[in-house]
Amino acid sequence: MVFESPKQSNTLKRSGSLPDVVFFLIMGGLSGAFILLIVLLILADVLYTTPADFMAALSKPEIQSAFKLTIVTCTLATILSIWVATPLGYLLSRYRFPGRWLVDTIVDIPIVLPPLVLGLSLLILFHFQIPVGNGVFQLEAWLRDEVGFPVTYEWPAVVLAQFAVSCAFAVRTMRVTFDQIDPRAEEVARTLGCHRGQAFLQIALPQAWRGMIAAATISWARALGEFGPILVFAGSTRFRTEVLSTTVFLELSIGHLDAAVAVSLLMVVMAVAVLLLLRWLGAGVAP
Amino acid sequence: MIELSNVTIRAGEFLLPDVSFQLKSGEYAAIMGRTGIGKTTILEAICGLRTVEKGKVLLNDVDVTSWPTGDRNLGYVPQDLTLFPTMTVQEHLTFAMKLRKYKPPAQQARAEELAELLGISHLLARKPAGLSGGEAQRVALGRALSFRPSCLLLDEPLSALDAGTRDSALELLRSINKLTGVTVIHVTHNAEEARAIANVVLTLEAGDKPGHVKLSNTEANEPS
Repeated sequence: MVFESPKQSNTLKRSGSLPDVVFFLIMGGLSGAFILLIVLLILADVLYTTPADFMAALSKPEIQSAFKLTIVTCTLATILSIWVATPLGYLLSRYRFPGRWLVDTIVDIPIVLPPLVLGLSLLILFHFQIPVGNGVFQLEAWLRDEVGFPVTYEWPAVVLAQFAVSCAFAVRTMRVTFDQIDPRAEEVARTLGCHRGQAFLQIALPQAWRGMIAAATISWARALGEFGPILVFAGSTRFRTEVLSTTVFLELSIGHLDAAVAVSLLMVVMAVAVLLLLRWLGAGVAP
Repeated sequence: MIELSNVTIRAGEFLLPDVSFQLKSGEYAAIMGRTGIGKTTILEAICGLRTVEKGKVLLNDVDVTSWPTGDRNLGYVPQDLTLFPTMTVQEHLTFAMKLRKYKPPAQQARAEELAELLGISHLLARKPAGLSGGEAQRVALGRALSFRPSCLLLDEPLSALDAGTRDSALELLRSINKLTGVTVIHVTHNAEEARAIANVVLTLEAGDKPGHVKLSNTEANEPS
């Protein structure tokens, strides 16, 4: 049998770089449009206000008070979020338990719920009256009169409103973090004598620091931008429950556009500062 | 002594029914079989990482079938070694001793003794990321031996090593078995490797029904 070899093409031809150029133009063009939008937004704010207006707005005592309250409440909401999201993210990542899909869905509710509805729901929860014996039980009344810790229209309401949304985002981040950590290491640790809690604390958690930094960043940023639920559940009383996001609204509503823009710029600076700080902390603990 | 008595293990569609064998203290056993047949599943069932559907796992005549993994006192070296990325080699060696609340000087002495036996004394401050395959394997062995387990479970311990390192690792395993008297179960898909090192060779083969696997051909072997 004669084996006939297929004809080989010996003519090489350079195809040119046009397809690659088109590829980068389309990809870069679409990406660039988004980056440009964000840069223009910030630039517009910067150009609208003058340094004098900016300093004047920031020297107002009510805005300074809102600034301090924002820092404190966002930080508290972030600490609470990480505290809750770490175990919840771990459980959702590692275990298949009855009703897991339900827990998974419930966690996402604060993300998809319209912000005003979330605020209203918090308000109703704290003022819902349950008949008990001859009287009624109301969570807010109990907290205010018995515990001495009023929540609604006070600073704790700000933290709770921020936490409700921040925590949902933190749980998502922590879950993905633990999904990416090999559970085998925890199993091997258990063969060495760990119980599940020790395997979590000594093996999984030290590997999850990067995810915790990311979760903290996203929690803090979400808490900073929270507005609707705070307005409904905590109100926006100057020097008491006013945070920077509500300041922007208050200043706008009384026609102080300059102050509103100055505070907006301040929030941009804060968000970027926190992002950089957490990234720097993250790099610092890198092994 | 380690004994499996009519142990049935199920993993999805795959069934390993009525596995029984007995090993005396200090014996070196090899479980042989092709890749994917369920050798790892048996090791996981012994150390408690996989639930046993029926039957008993006995360690020194104590039924540990329902015991938590950590209480069984077994040294497990998984195929992928699974070193802890955030710990140094020294911390790997002392990890199980810390859990057992050994005094720090005892931990230190044991870690040094093991590091010397395994030839990893110069690596104690290193983290797993920079270790070679052979070095990582010695660390995983040290971690499993640190708390003086009654039995060492090795899952394909030589598979990731090149030919030169393989021979010295085989020699090391043999000397660990002799020096410490620890019972060893060594899982491998390589018949040559099994016969070269083990006193007892168990073969895992496809069973009569699809999806079933049986353990057979228990042979006493004179290691080369």
